[in-house]
Amino acid sequence: MMAYIIRRVLYVIPVVFGVALVTFILFNVVGWNAASQMLGKHASPEEIAALQERLGLSGPLYQQFSHYLWQIVTLDFGRSYATNQKISTLILNGILPSLSLTVPIFLIDLLLAIGIALVAAYYRNTWLDRSIVVLAVIGMSISYLVYILVGQYLLAYRAGMFPIWGYETAKYLLLPVIIGVVSGLGSGVRFYRTVMLDEMYQDYVRTAFAKGCTQRSVLFKHVLKNAMIPILTSVVLSIPFLYTGNLLLENFFGIPGLGYLSVEAINSADYPVIKAVVFVGSVLYVFASLLTDICYALVDPRIKLR
Amino acid sequence: MHSPPMPLASASLWTTAWQQLRRNRLAMVCLGIIVFYALVAVYAEGVYWFYRLRQQTPPYKVVEFESRFAQPSWRHPLGTDSLGRDVFRQVVQGTRIAFEVGILTSLIAIPIAVLLGALAGYFGKRVDDLIVWLYTVFDSIPGLLFILAIAIVVGKGLLGVCLGIGLTTWVGLCRLIRGEYIKHRDRQYVLAARVIGVSDWAIMFRHILPNVLHLVIISFSLRFPGAILTEVVLSYLGVGVQGEPSWGIMISDAKLRLWQGHWWELAGATTAMFFIVLAFNLFGDALRDALDPKLRTAEAKTA
Repeated sequence: MMAYIIRRVLYVIPVVFGVALVTFILFNVVGWNAASQMLGKHASPEEIAALQERLGLSGPLYQQFSHYLWQIVTLDFGRSYATNQKISTLILNGILPSLSLTVPIFLIDLLLAIGIALVAAYYRNTWLDRSIVVLAVIGMSISYLVYILVGQYLLAYRAGMFPIWGYETAKYLLLPVIIGVVSGLGSGVRFYRTVMLDEMYQDYVRTAFAKGCTQRSVLFKHVLKNAMIPILTSVVLSIPFLYTGNLLLENFFGIPGLGYLSVEAINSADYPVIKAVVFVGSVLYVFASLLTDICYALVDPRIKLR
Repeated sequence: MHSPPMPLASASLWTTAWQQLRRNRLAMVCLGIIVFYALVAVYAEGVYWFYRLRQQTPPYKVVEFESRFAQPSWRHPLGTDSLGRDVFRQVVQGTRIAFEVGILTSLIAIPIAVLLGALAGYFGKRVDDLIVWLYTVFDSIPGLLFILAIAIVVGKGLLGVCLGIGLTTWVGLCRLIRGEYIKHRDRQYVLAARVIGVSDWAIMFRHILPNVLHLVIISFSLRFPGAILTEVVLSYLGVGVQGEPSWGIMISDAKLRLWQGHWWELAGATTAMFFIVLAFNLFGDALRDALDPKLRTAEAKTA
């Protein structure tokens, strides 16, 4: 067990290195002429060279890569090309607004989706279950953008129930949170319903029914507990995405989080910022999956060394 | 004495699956919708190339400034946009872009997934370590940001969108294929082939691949709606298809027009997109249940 955990922890190193390598190849090798893209057609060679120097795009590749690795180790990703602010500060400032949006969405979605999925599993193969599934798939088939556009137009602009844009009080977060919850509900319900129905057909459930357990006690005492493993995995693995925020919602409602930062960076071709946000997001994911695997190993003795 | 007729001994996986699908009325309706959209896409492709080769302005780009923002009418079933272009014709052209994105991303992602999954599962050891490392890395990078980053670096437009989506969505299928190859590599038919000297390459792609091909088909039909939905987001963020009408561009253009009361552009593109995405979602589910019911949870758990 200990050997497994140690090996799993050490595996983080090659994966983080890989993420660094992929982002490096993307931005420094494929995107080598970023400087001339940013400056436009009329830039002089000197201007381009100066900007390349600033972006860490000059010199031989191995030198650029070691510079990038040094940035990672010191957690100093240089300055934004568009605003000249320190990127590490930008990211730190963006985390709180992002979390204030994504955490409520995530928690409400989780509770609602599991609740509805339980109802569907309780009434499985009846009209209620079927209409829940159909509604879930319909919800999944509508573009995220449409939820936001229509929600903002109808509820904030026409009905005037919510502020349209801004990030001042908790009231400003209400509508983005509602839209986020509604748009994510379909896929959530379908996922948790699948997980629970999968448990429903296990032998132990049949045994429990045979013993005379009621539908309700089987569902809550047996199925829900066993379904917790896939549920927990998906929960832990979505935690890093809470940090990277929600690109579209933050952009539409003017919430100054990391999603907003990313969209701004994309619009101004601010490569250093995009690179840093992608890298930090990936590292968070790597650690979340490490955490999941360790919890698994602690909880489930069947997981052994591979 | 008459014995009852033997059931056909070798009803193949495909025949059985097709028979099961045929009985599923919802799946058949969805398949009909998909075929209809595909025909529309082919028609739109024809229109596009017809006018392009003759170097004329295609009808969906004809600007009629005096009739801009026209309400839906007989002449313009879905009204006109800010330049007086016909919205209905643009929706039809959007179908072409959606299918191009769906097909091109699959042509990028599926070969990568199959090749890497097969190599990892069949050879194991070092090759497996390397490929598992590679897809763990790709899996760690936040999806939408990764797609955006690729699309920007490659350049805005159809190619950037397809490379972005294609290069980031192969991991799930690759994992499944790898698992299947691990199961198959020690089966007797593989050992037999190896004994009589069939090359590794031929075993991997002529002997084993047909046994895992259903995963590819399922993956294709389930990735299509995702690609269409992603294209909309990319278009809104300004890295989508340039200069051609796509559903994404129409929906993001509608951002300001909706506030002026011009709802038809948004409604047209959304409705068109809704039915094809819904049809693919439902058909993909039915197809998966028919071809490989066990996959339902395998997929849910890696989703």
